[in-house]
Amino acid sequence: MRSRTFSRGLLALLLPALLTTACVEEPGGGAGASGDEIKVGILHSLSGTMAISEVTVRDAELLAIEEINAKGGVLGKKVVPVTEDGASDWPTFAEKAQKLISQDKVATVFGGWTSASRKAMLPVFERNKALLWYPVQYEGLESSPYIFYTGATTNQQIVPALDYLAAQGKKKMFLVGSDYVFPRTANKIIKAYAAAKGIEILGEEYTPLGHTEYSTLVNKIADAKPDAVFNTLNGDSNVAFFKQLRGSGITPQTTPVVSVSVAEEEVKGIGPENVAGHLVAWNYYQTTTTPANDAFVKAFKAKYGADKVTSDPMEAGYNAVHLWAAAVAKAGTTEVEAVKKAAGGITIDAPEGTTTIDGDNQHVAKTARIGLVQADGQIKEVWSSPGPIKPDPYLKGYDWAGGLS
Amino acid sequence: MGALVNQLPIGLSIAAVLLLIALGLTFTFGQMGVINMAHGEFIMAGAYTAYLLQGLTSQSFLIALPVAFAVAGLMGLLLEWSLIRRFYGRPLDTLLLTWGVSLVLQQLARDVFGAPNVQVTAPGWLVGGVDLLGVRLPYNRMFIVVLAVVCVVGVWLYLTRLPAGRRMRAVVQDRELAAYSGIATGRVDRFTFLLGSGLAGVAGVALTLVGPVGPGLGTFYIVDAFLVVVAGGLGQLRGAVLAAVALGFLNSYLEFWTDASLAKVLVFVAIIAFLQVRPQGMFVLKGRALV
Repeated sequence: MRSRTFSRGLLALLLPALLTTACVEEPGGGAGASGDEIKVGILHSLSGTMAISEVTVRDAELLAIEEINAKGGVLGKKVVPVTEDGASDWPTFAEKAQKLISQDKVATVFGGWTSASRKAMLPVFERNKALLWYPVQYEGLESSPYIFYTGATTNQQIVPALDYLAAQGKKKMFLVGSDYVFPRTANKIIKAYAAAKGIEILGEEYTPLGHTEYSTLVNKIADAKPDAVFNTLNGDSNVAFFKQLRGSGITPQTTPVVSVSVAEEEVKGIGPENVAGHLVAWNYYQTTTTPANDAFVKAFKAKYGADKVTSDPMEAGYNAVHLWAAAVAKAGTTEVEAVKKAAGGITIDAPEGTTTIDGDNQHVAKTARIGLVQADGQIKEVWSSPGPIKPDPYLKGYDWAGGLS
Repeated sequence: MGALVNQLPIGLSIAAVLLLIALGLTFTFGQMGVINMAHGEFIMAGAYTAYLLQGLTSQSFLIALPVAFAVAGLMGLLLEWSLIRRFYGRPLDTLLLTWGVSLVLQQLARDVFGAPNVQVTAPGWLVGGVDLLGVRLPYNRMFIVVLAVVCVVGVWLYLTRLPAGRRMRAVVQDRELAAYSGIATGRVDRFTFLLGSGLAGVAGVALTLVGPVGPGLGTFYIVDAFLVVVAGGLGQLRGAVLAAVALGFLNSYLEFWTDASLAKVLVFVAIIAFLQVRPQGMFVLKGRALV
């Protein structure tokens, strides 16, 4: 859309003025690990359409840094965050990543949410041989040597969700997604799975990011009468979709919607009464019962307010900081190649349970969990995988996925 | 077939949303020639008003309608009085100016209410729907249609029946002559802006029923609002109504036959083609003072 490009251009022009309110700049100077400080970059969208989600991940990462510093820091040095705003604009992400690496000389960067932002940053990190920790579930089929992926890849989220639906006897599915790389790739995987398992796909619909008019799409779903809807919509569109789905009389009893980008934070914005009874697929919920999660939820609420919720991407961002700190402690240095080498096999007791970095593809082993949205906005786990699932970004271990990568 | 019939009320309800968001703009853009990019943020202000008022009383949703009108209207008044009146006759400068204002307002909302969407609970009597001849009509959609009709009738009565409305039309048709006839054009401008912005606030309250409530809310609707005003003809109430209805049905059927992304492209193509044939929009205002 023309207007969007136009607005981006204007945004870029006006950004300097905005930054004064949008972003906290740390005093500059010095290298990544100089004196008694280690600088790390935090690069999320603090403005624009993705700010809704990414601000919460930044909060979780800052909390983890605070915790590490309270315990004496890493290698006896204080970890100092340098925050930059990606502004929901993918070229800006690449530019800010370069700035963090060459100007601030950070030891590592935690950042990104959309796959588009990750794909924009990937060449920057590979070119500079610098390290990025990416905290969000994504579409797989990627494994950069300079990125650690602490969110789920497809075999830890989408494939288990499909297994769950198949086990529930769901034979006819309708696919709804936002029109960009993650939903389209995810649906390619879902269609390959459906073809192999005899599940019928009744429809596949995409809407532009930020789309708010879902009555026609809901009508199509009502007309197709699927057993379940697989939802890969992202951002604000979910609010419009669920509000209008409820108005149409489609109930979770007849047609449950399984969402992979709706977590506690989004449920709050949609309104729990609009989404209660529908399913979500993640690796962590605020209600997950582990000692580490009790501490995480308590610390997060203490720092940011009792009405705040924690969600899967926040937890993955929080884990990323702790995993990096553990890898640095093991390597004895913040030097990138040494940290990469030390990272394989690093295990922490994360809020989602034991989490281990896979040395082969730099993803982490995660437990898959299917949750049911409750009327109070919390998510109740209804199924989980027996243990952490080994990450398989290229789905090599699945015969039906042969033609995908 | 059932789904095809279903698209009729859907087209109507899309039209109602388009009309609500564009109605205020027919005043500020259509009548005064101000390209107000902050119009979307006045819609947002209306939505946040509904958010702040909810839970205060049992009927706070209905109370939010006039309050949002006042809140957004006063914001519009302030914008006109402080900035825009210094920029009349410079449409490109006002575009940049109001764009900046819209960004500031978005960031302000983000700082005050937080970046995530907030929840506005729909009143109980707007939950659910009724099946009519095999067609499902959600109550919240019917409410938006009724509200749009009420607003249009109200605006029409104001413009044709009240002295203030007649003064407004006089200023639009010939500013100098109106001024020589003793009309305080500056005051009329301010009031026009208050009215247009206030209507955006009302639209914001209604949109909480079907859409997200967050700092980016305005950006989702601003393009559609401008499309309606441009296609309908600047400053034309009946043009805006007709354009909204046409675009609503065009949207609903194109999306039904293709998909959301393609439908959007086709609607843009249709509007571009239409403006080639009729650059002035569906209806033309006969006057001299327009841009």
